[in-house]
Amino acid sequence: MSPERPPEGPGRRPGEPDAEDRALRERPPEEREEPGGRDPRPLPQAPPPELRTAQEHRLIQAWKAPKGWRYWSAVNNTEVGLWYTCAAFLFFLFGGVLALLMRVQLAVPNNDFLSADLYNQIFTLHGSVMMFLFAVPVFEAFSIYVMPQMLGARDLPFPRLSAYGFWAFVLGGTFVCGSIFFGAAPKGGWFMYPPLTTAYQPGIGADIWLLGLSFIEVAAIAAAVELIVGVLKCRPPGMRINLIPLYTWYILVVAVMILFAFPPLIAGDILLELERMLHWPFFDPAKGGDPMLWQHLFWIFGHPEVYIVFLPSIALVAMIVPTFAQRPIVGYGWVVLAAVGTGFISFGLWVHHMYTTGLPGISLGLFSAASEAVAIPTGVQIFCFLATLLAGRVVRSVPMLFVFGGIATFVIGGLTGVMVALVPFDFQAHDTYFVVSHLHYVLIGGALFPIVAGVYYFFPLVSGKRLSDRLGRIAFWVMLVGFNVTFFPMHLTGLRGLPRRVFTYPEGLGFDALNLVSSVGAFVLAGGIAVFAWDVLRPKGRQPYAPRNPWNAGTLEWLAEVRGKPWGVRSIPEIDSRYPLWEQENFVRDVDQGRFYLPDAAEGRRETLVTSIIDAKPEQCLRVPGPSFLPFAAALFTGGVFIFSTYHWWWLAVASGVLALATILVWLWTGTAVIPEKSAKDVGLGVTLPIYRSGPASVGWWAMFITMLGDLTAFAGLVFGYFFYWTVHEDFPPEGATGPGVLWPCLGGGALLAAWLLTVLARSANRSGRRGLFYTGVLGGAALAAAGGVALVVGLRITGMDPASHVYPAIVWVLVLWTVIHAGAGIVMHLYAAARAVARRLTPEHDTDIANVTLYWHFVALTVVVTVAVIAGFPLVS
Amino acid sequence: MASQDRTERPRAEHQESLWVLAISPLVWAAHFMACYLTAAIWCAKQGRGAELGSVRLTIAAYTAVAMVAIAATAWMGWRRHRFGSAATPHDLDTPADRQRFLGFATLLLSALSGVATLYVALTAVFFETCR
Repeated sequence: MSPERPPEGPGRRPGEPDAEDRALRERPPEEREEPGGRDPRPLPQAPPPELRTAQEHRLIQAWKAPKGWRYWSAVNNTEVGLWYTCAAFLFFLFGGVLALLMRVQLAVPNNDFLSADLYNQIFTLHGSVMMFLFAVPVFEAFSIYVMPQMLGARDLPFPRLSAYGFWAFVLGGTFVCGSIFFGAAPKGGWFMYPPLTTAYQPGIGADIWLLGLSFIEVAAIAAAVELIVGVLKCRPPGMRINLIPLYTWYILVVAVMILFAFPPLIAGDILLELERMLHWPFFDPAKGGDPMLWQHLFWIFGHPEVYIVFLPSIALVAMIVPTFAQRPIVGYGWVVLAAVGTGFISFGLWVHHMYTTGLPGISLGLFSAASEAVAIPTGVQIFCFLATLLAGRVVRSVPMLFVFGGIATFVIGGLTGVMVALVPFDFQAHDTYFVVSHLHYVLIGGALFPIVAGVYYFFPLVSGKRLSDRLGRIAFWVMLVGFNVTFFPMHLTGLRGLPRRVFTYPEGLGFDALNLVSSVGAFVLAGGIAVFAWDVLRPKGRQPYAPRNPWNAGTLEWLAEVRGKPWGVRSIPEIDSRYPLWEQENFVRDVDQGRFYLPDAAEGRRETLVTSIIDAKPEQCLRVPGPSFLPFAAALFTGGVFIFSTYHWWWLAVASGVLALATILVWLWTGTAVIPEKSAKDVGLGVTLPIYRSGPASVGWWAMFITMLGDLTAFAGLVFGYFFYWTVHEDFPPEGATGPGVLWPCLGGGALLAAWLLTVLARSANRSGRRGLFYTGVLGGAALAAAGGVALVVGLRITGMDPASHVYPAIVWVLVLWTVIHAGAGIVMHLYAAARAVARRLTPEHDTDIANVTLYWHFVALTVVVTVAVIAGFPLVS
Repeated sequence: MASQDRTERPRAEHQESLWVLAISPLVWAAHFMACYLTAAIWCAKQGRGAELGSVRLTIAAYTAVAMVAIAATAWMGWRRHRFGSAATPHDLDTPADRQRFLGFATLLLSALSGVATLYVALTAVFFETCR
């Protein structure tokens, strides 16, 4: 049965629109129509019942998750998103237990509950787990779950990539967390500053941090690629860029931020790990290195990270507030301003973590100014939410309680943030408990409370049952009180001078009572979280199912039926409004009866629509892959590379790498760029779309483009390192440095650029059907790429560049190795494209593979030019 | 299609781009990095107590260029926002409202970028030496 609209009356937004609102909506009628004719309308008649039943059966067959042990091969967004979210919450609870251990240790002076060494491991792991294993992944996880629903899509474009990201996350997270049970956890703080982590911590803790978390960062970038392409290309027809849910605006901004914030950290990780493993002296001042470079690279990541955590949580608020105000958001454009503006400005704040490192005053001034400026967009969105609440009729509910609590807490943290953004104040408060207090007000108010609000809000969507209002209110008040009792006194302990990260303190300095209060508060806060966890986990077998769309929300995710169906959405709707469930007539009925697009899975395949970026015009009927263990295997083997490297078990690492490559190649070969049995498909409402697209019209091309932007950013981080050393040294390259000269870099670079040109040639040869020329292009390209890579390395060896001797040869080696590894991946792609053509899986009409390989090589060409210009050209001009 | 006599047509999809939103913030970012790098390199090479002198003039020049670029972007956004009968919330499923929305968001981001650029430039007003 397909239920009609809930009681508020079909097709109208609840609540009377006021006169002003009505006047705004009275537009000239011609503006309501497309210049080229009206949007397609849903079918005037529902298909006959027997056809609908048959369609539903076929959709379920195509989309259902596997049963039994094969369940874990599922790639549906609803399964992977749920596992991912649950795993992130488990890590959150683990991080919370670590926090409680710290508070026990600090409850009284001169305590010996924990040793100094164990305390160091615990606070390092607490920060790392909360940031890398909870705050960022939980938003990606939940977005994987909810975004397709919010966009009326059946799934995200790369379901197997989501599954790969999830398995990588679980594996890497377990590896990092597990280390503490062997006393081997990282202990250099979540920011791993050298020289502490290079010269004074010989164990494998720092390696676990660097390699384990790098692996997770790769997974985070994979999810970001998936989400960006999802927002831009998988919206329902008619959902123009001015109509998309605010949540997706925020997710787009945050995913782009991840793309530019995480790679500098990966670059830093590479340098730090090379120093630890091979003694390349990037951060060793005795050999020309500088520990400040790590701080720059870390905080170029670390500060945007705060906003990467905060914006998705605020995105939840932007969905919850209109629902409980029962009206559209006030100032949609202003909220978009806030999201995009914060995203940009947050990249100009990193030095405010480094005020006390002795940088010139003028530099500090510049970053202080930007730090004050970011308060503007942050404030704008909060005023928009308040205006929405004032203009609507607020329904009291548990999610709104957490939203209010979160906003109030966040504002306090924001105000202390404005204080510590001021250089003179920060000189006093730096590295004291004042900062600990500030960051917890920001993160718990700005992220945790909204996330809990989101859990209460979206729980019926996920499980079909509502959480308890009573337990929710109890959890809220206990958490709010516990939080403030814990962290408010830390402002005072900090101002009285208690430094961060100390494992104990002497009595009688004015810290005793404040610390005891904080410790008591921590357990109260934990009690509140326990109530919340119980509410989520308690058996709900006898509790009735919630009605569909229980909060009477207006956005598409609430189309989901209670006892959700695996297909995501019964038919993909045509959108005319920001709140279709409120504003489009008979909307739920039309979706449920299959009156919109793709109401069927006639060929038994998983299909969804791809639309254009600005106006969401249908462009392609995209077939997405089904269940597979390949992503799991790929994650296992790539994880092996990182984990075995930690223990210096090189042969196992190499073997794992080979297996990972083989798995990924099988995955690509069997699951991507599949040539369909027919070129086009009728998706309903008189629209026929191609099934296979290549080049910029395909989602794979966009994924490659976005991934390579991130890759280029990491490379930029390494190049930044080169010029950083030039800035801080009197003579750089140092006097007497011989290499690498001009000849060998130019030979190598020339060969690599020729390989790039041959790749471009191969693409056009394939398109015009000249197969001989195509093979010449890709195979010749592979040969030239190999020759170029060898020439670059030989140049360094001939000119006697010893990377362990000084930072100059070390940074040159890193740039060359980066380029050579990219050329190596390019060779694999050349050979893959050739094999695909031999197997007739790559044809003149179906050329996705070579189009994407060519795009990759464009980026390699840019990398080669920059590398050669820097290592061969810069010494000539400096 | 009687409306075409009275109003110009809204922009077609292929004439629009999400990048317009990013222009002003990118100008801000470029200005910020230019100021930072200029000052950092100057102070690293000239010594900690050095006079900023010409650096302040350079930053003033950067700021003038950046503000002109941001103002031009804002003006473009304003014109698109004012297309036809312009009133927020720009939430109709029409090319005209999509154009107005993108124009409006461009305008707002330009305003924010302008303010942020001036904030950053003020540093050079108050600092006379590297210290």
